[in-house]
Amino acid sequence: MTDANLLLFLLLLPFAGSVAASLLPSNARNAEAWLSGLISVTAFAITAFLYPSVKNGGVVRREAEWLPELGVNFTLRMDGFGWMFSVLITGIGLLVVIYARYYMSPKDPVPRFFSFLLAFMGAMQGLVISGNLIVLAIFWELTSIVSFLLIGYWHHNQAARDGARMALTITGIGGLALLVGLMILGHIVGSYDLDVVLASGDLIRNHDLYTPALILILLGALTKSAQFPFHFWLPNAMAAPTPVSAYLHSATMVKAGVFLLARLWPVLSGTDEWFFIVGLTGMTTLTLGAFYAIFQQDLKGLLAYSTISHLGLITTLLSLGSPLAAVAAIFHMMNHATFKASLFMAAGIIDHEAGTRDMRRLSGLFSFLPITATLAMVASAAMAGVPLLNGFLSKEMFFAETLEKHHGSILDGLAPYAATLAGAFAVTYSVRFIHTVFFGPKPVDLPKIPHEPPHWMRLPIELLVLICLIVGMVPSITVGPYLHTAVVAVLGSETPEYSLAVWHGFNTPLVMSVIALVGGILLYFALNNYLATCEDGTPFLRNLKGQRIFERILVTISWRWARWIEANLGTRRLQPQLRLVVLAAFVAGLWPLFQAGFRPQNVSFDGLDPTFAAFWAVGIVCAIGAAYQAKYHRLAALILMGGAGIVTCITFIWFSAPDLAVTQLVVEVVTTVLILLGLRWLPQRLEEVDNAVTPMARMRRHRDFALALVCGVGMTMIAYAMMTSPMPDTIADFFLDRAYSEGGGTNVVNVILVDFRAFDTFGEITVLGIVALTVFALLRRFRPAPDSVGVPEQQRIQNLIDDERPDREVGSTVRDYLMVPSILMQWMFPVIILLAAYLFLRGHDLPGGGFAAGVTMAIGFLLQYLAGGTRWVEDRLRILPVRWIGVGLLAAAFTGLGAWLFGMPFLTSYFQYTEIPFIGKVPTASALLFDLGVFALVVGATVLMLIAIAHQSVRSYRVRAVEAAKVEEDA
Amino acid sequence: MELVLSIGIGVLVASGVWLLLRPRTYQVIIGLSLLGYAVNLFIFSMGRLKTNAAPVVQGVDVVDPANFADPIPQALVLTAIVIGFATTALFLVVLLAARGFTGTDHVDGREPER
Repeated sequence: MTDANLLLFLLLLPFAGSVAASLLPSNARNAEAWLSGLISVTAFAITAFLYPSVKNGGVVRREAEWLPELGVNFTLRMDGFGWMFSVLITGIGLLVVIYARYYMSPKDPVPRFFSFLLAFMGAMQGLVISGNLIVLAIFWELTSIVSFLLIGYWHHNQAARDGARMALTITGIGGLALLVGLMILGHIVGSYDLDVVLASGDLIRNHDLYTPALILILLGALTKSAQFPFHFWLPNAMAAPTPVSAYLHSATMVKAGVFLLARLWPVLSGTDEWFFIVGLTGMTTLTLGAFYAIFQQDLKGLLAYSTISHLGLITTLLSLGSPLAAVAAIFHMMNHATFKASLFMAAGIIDHEAGTRDMRRLSGLFSFLPITATLAMVASAAMAGVPLLNGFLSKEMFFAETLEKHHGSILDGLAPYAATLAGAFAVTYSVRFIHTVFFGPKPVDLPKIPHEPPHWMRLPIELLVLICLIVGMVPSITVGPYLHTAVVAVLGSETPEYSLAVWHGFNTPLVMSVIALVGGILLYFALNNYLATCEDGTPFLRNLKGQRIFERILVTISWRWARWIEANLGTRRLQPQLRLVVLAAFVAGLWPLFQAGFRPQNVSFDGLDPTFAAFWAVGIVCAIGAAYQAKYHRLAALILMGGAGIVTCITFIWFSAPDLAVTQLVVEVVTTVLILLGLRWLPQRLEEVDNAVTPMARMRRHRDFALALVCGVGMTMIAYAMMTSPMPDTIADFFLDRAYSEGGGTNVVNVILVDFRAFDTFGEITVLGIVALTVFALLRRFRPAPDSVGVPEQQRIQNLIDDERPDREVGSTVRDYLMVPSILMQWMFPVIILLAAYLFLRGHDLPGGGFAAGVTMAIGFLLQYLAGGTRWVEDRLRILPVRWIGVGLLAAAFTGLGAWLFGMPFLTSYFQYTEIPFIGKVPTASALLFDLGVFALVVGATVLMLIAIAHQSVRSYRVRAVEAAKVEEDA
Repeated sequence: MELVLSIGIGVLVASGVWLLLRPRTYQVIIGLSLLGYAVNLFIFSMGRLKTNAAPVVQGVDVVDPANFADPIPQALVLTAIVIGFATTALFLVVLLAARGFTGTDHVDGREPER
């Protein structure tokens, strides 16, 4: 149990550290390094402590229910193989932290760096100890995302951004494929639990879905491990800081792909599909990667391609399907991590000290950096597979395995030659790395004079190189038991006999090694002159860059196709778009009408009331008139629209909806005022000016008219069909029945709004508040069109009258205009407030309520603006609509929250009747408080919108004043 | 009665759709308001048409739902009316701002090419 909890702690620790690291100040390099270092040490110690539990095929499991109904549990599971990776992640993580402390410049924002680095450590840790396929896929994606953030760490650098995006796109697509593949795998097995999956090898291999699952999983693994043809993201990821390259792109993250291949090796391998896909990819990557590596001029580029090649080696080993090859693969994962991480760090030191990583400029650095040079030499000898170093051991095993006949195909026959060739290439680029950088003439015009780095920066390399040496010399007593633990965890009962000796006698693998060594050195000296000056990149294959193909695909999909679709299928014009929307709505409405079987013969004029018909005759005339006049006679259209509104209002009264009628009436008033205020800012449009109607425009009108007509007829039919069909059972009965007994009110509509469905109402008033604030915000940046800034025509005429008569002052006509109505409006102010209060208070029992009362109250304020003008009102009355909105929302929210005090759900209401002297029994429901919130918000929102628009005239005075001043200045 | 209201709704929809497809912003705003009336009436009429049956119950008595109009469409429409006003205001402001920025009241923000 403790072990299991330690596992969770091991996973959570780096993430907690990541959060903590992000909170430190940006110059706290030491604090960050200490924090990250301590976390890595602790994690390493936990891993070491867990060793006894995983030794000899032991497994530590911790299971927590997450989505049990989907078979997804948050299972953590550490076996020997996961343990080995945990050691790599935490151990190399620690070394990278120490190295990064000295690598990062004081100018770099280190909290971000260490935070991401720790997050990566956690993600990778989660990946290797996932006990559930879905959890594994999640951590897999997480490593891709953190890798993206780390590659793009120097985001001011274009190459870093491009590299990060490319890595994310490739590994992200792979991750998606992997998720689907793992889901298919889970479907085949019937469980996502890793233990169950690992025990169902035969079932999986014989299933019809094996091939699709395999291909999808391989897509994930091969993209992650930068295998051909997806390898090109890794060299581009070298734009990351070097500690990141050392950690993610050599030791850990790129190993995730081969980790997964090895993890699922027992259940997926051994088939022809596996061998051909994995083997072909692995061998191609092995040789091509090594070949590319020779021709890189960037130190990190060389190491990146070398990493690709070594990962290809591991992939090839895993493809073979023999247990011994799997042992070699696991062994090489460890060895490669140690020597490659140290080489990356050495490259970082060279870059740091010399100021460049270009091998054409570097030379003869041995005298400047003797210790670093020696360390790098040992590490690259390990990379080249020189005896007495760890790289040699796994490479010998690899050579031996390629000689074995496994399937008897061409691929098998080629394997030893490909392996020897790649081995020779590896020797060539390793020699090149050392010879070019450290030997030869003294360097000229380097950006900096190099000298040995601080000892602590070199320490991680020293440790890693020491491991390379010890493992290389006495493998069986050092790494032997740990390797065995990892191997047993993967292979179980299939674990073969293997020996980790340095000397196996004179045999073919040794001959291959010798050929590779000698051939590689000869090749280097043959190419030496060419390499010293050549362009960056591989000869012959320079133009065949995965990167370019990738970018071309990206451009084609995200830009060219998008542009084509926009150009050919899209329009920026609103009218065609609206036409399509209307047409779609029409078709959508037509369908159910005929599905439901509309029968026009049922039409009857039964119960026709002539008065009602007359009202609607007026309404129809108004609607058509508004449509006809809206272009040239805006005021007339507005009045006609109001007429249609009034008829709507009467319809509500007629058919027993007094609440609606009241609300419609007051809203009609404010809408009219609103649009009236807007009219002033619209351009003059005179009928005779644009009479030239083109045939196209005429056709458009006919088409629109037809569309409008069919929509209208269709709507009539639907409405009639709906109204004459029998009423089904509805929930209305429920509300009618309980409005009084449970809501404490007799006006059912109001009880629904403020009690039964109060949460909906709460949402609606929130929307109302947001809209009002948006209107307000939009108008703050309002700039009227130039032709609307001048004094309105009517005022100009009125001022002209004043000018003509000596007894009148200019402006007095404007002031006295509509004086009697103005005074009436001012007198009405208290009356309207009273009316609003009345509507509000009776709302729960009789028609009225917060909405209607709020709009009424707003009309009260509005009339004062109309009567006295903006300035007159604001000199006398301070209205703070935003506060009304805030108070309203808070009142509604707190009324709802109040229910919590009594242990009831949000917005549960309470009511009783209180006896107030002289007035009588008054309903006091908590819903009344809620309605008060609605009321305040509606007042605030309405007033805010209307006043904001009205205020624009005041601002245009200012604009006019400024322009007048300008004209004077010019004169 | 139903027929008259249906025709009324139809005419409101036709006028609204016609205006919606016009090129000037003011026409669109009037069109949207007319469509708003139509939609509100349509939703309201889903509770069927009843006269003298306002959903105001008489206190403690046992309620016979047959005697009352359906309160649910009414509650829906009531908030729709207020929200409709708010969106009209929003649209008006957007059109005014667009007119200020672009100098035209065409819905596309520029005069069509002739």
